[in-house]
Amino acid sequence: MSDATPTDVGTAGPLTPVLTDTWDAERSWTLAAYERKGGYRALDVALGMAPDDVIAAVKDSGLRGRGGAGFPTGMKWSFIPQDNPKPKYLVVNADESEPGTCKDIPLMMASPHTLVEGVVIASYAIRAHRAFIYVRGEVVHVIRRVQAAVAEAYAAGHLGSDIHGSGYDLEVVVHAGAGAYICGEETALLEGLEGRRGQPRLRPPFPAVAGLYASPTVINNVESIASVPAIIGRGAAWFSSLGTEKSKGFGIFSLSGHVERPGAYEAPLGITLRELIDLAGGVRAGHGLKFWTPGGSSTPILTAEHLDVPLDFEGVGAAGSMLGTRALQVFDETVSVVRCVLRWTEFYKHESCGKCTPCREGTWWLVQILTRLDRGQGQPGDVEQLLDLCDNILGRSFCALGDGATSPITSAIRYFREEFEAGMHTASTELFPPAASTAFAPVGAGAGAGR
Amino acid sequence: MLPETTIAELREIASRYPEARSGLLPMLHLVQSVEGRVTPEGIEACAEVLGISAAEVSGVATFYTMYKRRPVGEHLVGVCTTTLCAVMGGDAIFERLSEHLGVGNDETTADGRVTLERIECNAACDYAPVMTVNWEFVDQQTPESAVELVDDLRAGRERHSTRGPRLGTWKETERVLAGFPDGRADEGPAAGAPSLAGLTIARERGWTAPPSPDGPAALGPSSAAGQPETALAAAEEADTARAESETLQEETDE
Repeated sequence: MSDATPTDVGTAGPLTPVLTDTWDAERSWTLAAYERKGGYRALDVALGMAPDDVIAAVKDSGLRGRGGAGFPTGMKWSFIPQDNPKPKYLVVNADESEPGTCKDIPLMMASPHTLVEGVVIASYAIRAHRAFIYVRGEVVHVIRRVQAAVAEAYAAGHLGSDIHGSGYDLEVVVHAGAGAYICGEETALLEGLEGRRGQPRLRPPFPAVAGLYASPTVINNVESIASVPAIIGRGAAWFSSLGTEKSKGFGIFSLSGHVERPGAYEAPLGITLRELIDLAGGVRAGHGLKFWTPGGSSTPILTAEHLDVPLDFEGVGAAGSMLGTRALQVFDETVSVVRCVLRWTEFYKHESCGKCTPCREGTWWLVQILTRLDRGQGQPGDVEQLLDLCDNILGRSFCALGDGATSPITSAIRYFREEFEAGMHTASTELFPPAASTAFAPVGAGAGAGR
Repeated sequence: MLPETTIAELREIASRYPEARSGLLPMLHLVQSVEGRVTPEGIEACAEVLGISAAEVSGVATFYTMYKRRPVGEHLVGVCTTTLCAVMGGDAIFERLSEHLGVGNDETTADGRVTLERIECNAACDYAPVMTVNWEFVDQQTPESAVELVDDLRAGRERHSTRGPRLGTWKETERVLAGFPDGRADEGPAAGAPSLAGLTIARERGWTAPPSPDGPAALGPSSAAGQPETALAAAEEADTARAESETLQEETDE
């Protein structure tokens, strides 16, 4: 929402609903509900500004990409060469697939107009007249809501020609993917959007110069674009007053796993997992935290000793991991780290696009070794072999998928090496009976087991 | 041969894009909605509409997991078995369903009603363990509720997504994915309880985001304090080596 003067000013707390603020409204996904909350007013503000001033405002806000890498959004927009005669394109990356991440999908389901308003403002800023929203295909109801929002926005004059009487035109296409994690990688996404196999492109050239149809293209995550109306509506200074020194603003933290109330918690960057778990009612009753991911499965795991790490780009980086997509998956002491790492590795093996040998072959070998460790049939030297393979994958492929595949393995060995060693003789299911970890296990089942 | 109406719709999809080939992914979804899988005839039709070879279309169809080479049942039932959901009960659910239905992964019951599939993280981890029916969310499942769900589907009893509409068929879903809305966007809630977890606490405790100090689009020079001045500095602070190398190149280009 983009209401500049909230009528009902509450107190500033650890949670700051901005993107999630409209989600409990009656039929919040409709244009009527969004406009009642001040929707599309920021668009008027933006259309009254010069496009370069919109870019400057987003730069000044300090917004950093919410899809994982944290590159400054305004700076990305400024890379578009305006003297290039080709059309410019905006592509929204709505292919949310990083294991543990569940923020863009609920956002588009509950408030697709926040995204659509952001799309118009961003396209105006980079002088694009065509935008695409690439939504993963496996979420049909989200696609329905985005399709409907785009149709409503056309009918109301927020999209199409001469938007709000400004003379600015924009066409938006909602595009469904077809099941490929790799298409969350921006150049693979462009391949998918061009009707090809989703394999990453060699760079340079970069998308800002030669992206979709070899034309200048900005690719932004859903949450980045959805943050733009609030920045324009309430001011860059307001946005940058939230968060920490180098990680400005707020974001949706996806809390899942062994906590009492998993869910979406929108807070300024820099909040800690300890604070979030407290708000979520604590770790599952009768259990304790064993390990967690700060930003999805591609970010190295952390443990209870990191509960007070500020969840911003710098804080998590200093702790040896990455903020990524703020996908906080919490696992308690009933869980086998070997089982988890094997399953994540099977995911990367399946999703490797096959283009680069280290990733394609490496993930296959990693699965072989982890499978026998999980079964208690590991061989001497397996742990060293895993680390050696990871060393040979990391940094040796086109895109970050291979790098991400090594993260859970090397970090899990760092903190729980003895569990991998135990895989030489004892199956993970014996050490950590899986039934005790389920959401439907009786309260207290398996507490303290396995350690 | 595909029906004439389908060929016309394939052309319509291609016309949405500046370059027709961009329509291929939705076009293959449409083929599935008509044929129940990606058939050789469907591949030929796409190739003809786009003016590319059948091999090129086939190469795309075999890359993406949602495209099926074998006939899919009336309902595609997915159980998330990526790590978080697997641990929270997805493995137990899949095992029970597989035993109950007598089929393994990517197999269809003899009555043609249900195809069972292990699916990967579907961005609903706060609702774990998660299932899908025809790519509609069925959240917070147990082995018992899952058995009841598939029994109802096989008996033709009406069921609803926990965050979506009445469950239709897989073919109907594929048509929506091809970009032909079915008018059911308004069914189901805005969000489930987990999506509202933080907002609910904020409402109870009266927490809001701070008000705007100086209104819309304030462009104070001081607001950029602490921000990197150059693309290189920004890349150093970004999380991935990729961002860094991209920016190094940009700087070099300038």
